[in-house]
Amino acid sequence: MSAQKTYAEINAKIKAGKAVVVTAEELIALVEEKGLSKAAREVDVVTTGTFSPMCSSGVFLNFGHPAPRIKMHRVWLNDVPAYTGIAAVDAYLGAAEVPENDPLNRHHPGEFRYGGGHVIQELVERKPIRLRATAYGTDCYPRRELNTTITLDDINEAILFNPRNAYQNYNCAVNLSSRTIYTYLGVLKPNLGNAHYSTAGQLSPLLKDPHFQTIGLGTRIFLGGGIGYVAWHGTQHFPAIQKDETGRELGPAGGTLAVIGDLKQMSARWLRGTSYLGYGATLSVGIGVPIPVLNESIARWAAAKDSDLYAPVVDYGEAYPNRIPGTLGYVSYAELKSGKITVLGKEVPTAPVSSYPLAREIAQILKSWIQEGKFLLTEPVQLLPSPADGLKPKVLG
Amino acid sequence: MAPKRIFLRFSADKSEQPIIYRLVKDYDLIINILKANVNPQKEGTMVLEITGDRYSEGLDYLRRQGVGVQPLIEGITRNEERCTMCGACTAICPTGALYIKRPEMEVYFKEDNCIVCQLCIKACPMRAMEVQF
Repeated sequence: MSAQKTYAEINAKIKAGKAVVVTAEELIALVEEKGLSKAAREVDVVTTGTFSPMCSSGVFLNFGHPAPRIKMHRVWLNDVPAYTGIAAVDAYLGAAEVPENDPLNRHHPGEFRYGGGHVIQELVERKPIRLRATAYGTDCYPRRELNTTITLDDINEAILFNPRNAYQNYNCAVNLSSRTIYTYLGVLKPNLGNAHYSTAGQLSPLLKDPHFQTIGLGTRIFLGGGIGYVAWHGTQHFPAIQKDETGRELGPAGGTLAVIGDLKQMSARWLRGTSYLGYGATLSVGIGVPIPVLNESIARWAAAKDSDLYAPVVDYGEAYPNRIPGTLGYVSYAELKSGKITVLGKEVPTAPVSSYPLAREIAQILKSWIQEGKFLLTEPVQLLPSPADGLKPKVLG
Repeated sequence: MAPKRIFLRFSADKSEQPIIYRLVKDYDLIINILKANVNPQKEGTMVLEITGDRYSEGLDYLRRQGVGVQPLIEGITRNEERCTMCGACTAICPTGALYIKRPEMEVYFKEDNCIVCQLCIKACPMRAMEVQF
């Protein structure tokens, strides 16, 4: 039996309850036991998972019209503003938005206890949400003010649309300065006191398909506990294969996904309001992507281990905020997960800000959905830009 | 006078000064050290039970020395529903009370090792660590 398979063949096996589905962790063990060729022939689908704060997330809401009708000009959900520069009762609530009276960082570090991400979590929990809107009034939409309470079930649509999720890789952040700093990668103690990183490594979706051979527009995914789809490549999608100065490959980095799905079928276990001290409010999102083993090459990438995948170590005290290029070296996810790394000759304790246990649970859930025939794979309408396309970030003047 | 419990936080340069000795000698206070985590050249923490008429003067002395003084709270608990086991607290926690079990990468809270420094309270992005008064 060849390792070559098509989406149709894999879906036929899923429908017949005969597909061989393994998580990315299980694939690694299988390849070690049986070798790549045999594992690639046997396995039909590899499931991945990640659960992390993902700031570029939010929800499009359509509230339905009151009587009389209103063209919402400003809207607040539990005092968190949403964007209304679209049609009359449509709004977009961003995960990182905070209430207008939030003290922000005036007393640094600010706590950012509540924001758009928390509203999204409470919507999914079916909690009542205060909706306030103001308007200037038109002939067709005369109402000027609205104060009411909604739940997720009361409104027409709630479509989670996250323009940048599932970052392929992330910096390992350290702090070379002499003061504690408060970043989107958590609290970093002075003088290399700790090192924080944020991917699930060998379980993380985009680390398992570095050349974007399978993930594309229309790929059906696990999103927030429900079904979602890859809508586009994410913003700042600059996929590349990292190399050290000797040219040795250090795994991929730079890819991102834009994802979409119906919020009404998602779960608050996988969409959680999150607060980063001194940085801001956000939403932690659970995402799982299935990778069809169409050939041996796809299996080989999907079987990349923590020791094959690397993160650049970057100083967030000085270099990162000022966009000073360069790194303090690369460390593998195996080293990061060991609990300590060596940076500039000093042993530094490491900690993740992305939940590996929940990433593993997502990969297991997605595996069971596929095994039960509830989740079929979709062939992308169009693949996403890959490292071969050479996309590069621009610097704002 | 009933004993009072307080929580102290020392910067690294204070950890080598005989602060407790001064409390006993100069302010005639009875000190019971309940928990201590003091190491040379590192930030230290201590939980004291103090009895004595000159309690307030003793606390003023500590503050003048730049020692952080807070009333002791009963303890810290983890809200298991909220915790996502991300691990962001584990390199912040000074005593390893919050730690990662490897290779599972599961996050655990060993209350016996907690010195109630409260660094985890705000560092936890899920606000899963809670103070019990």
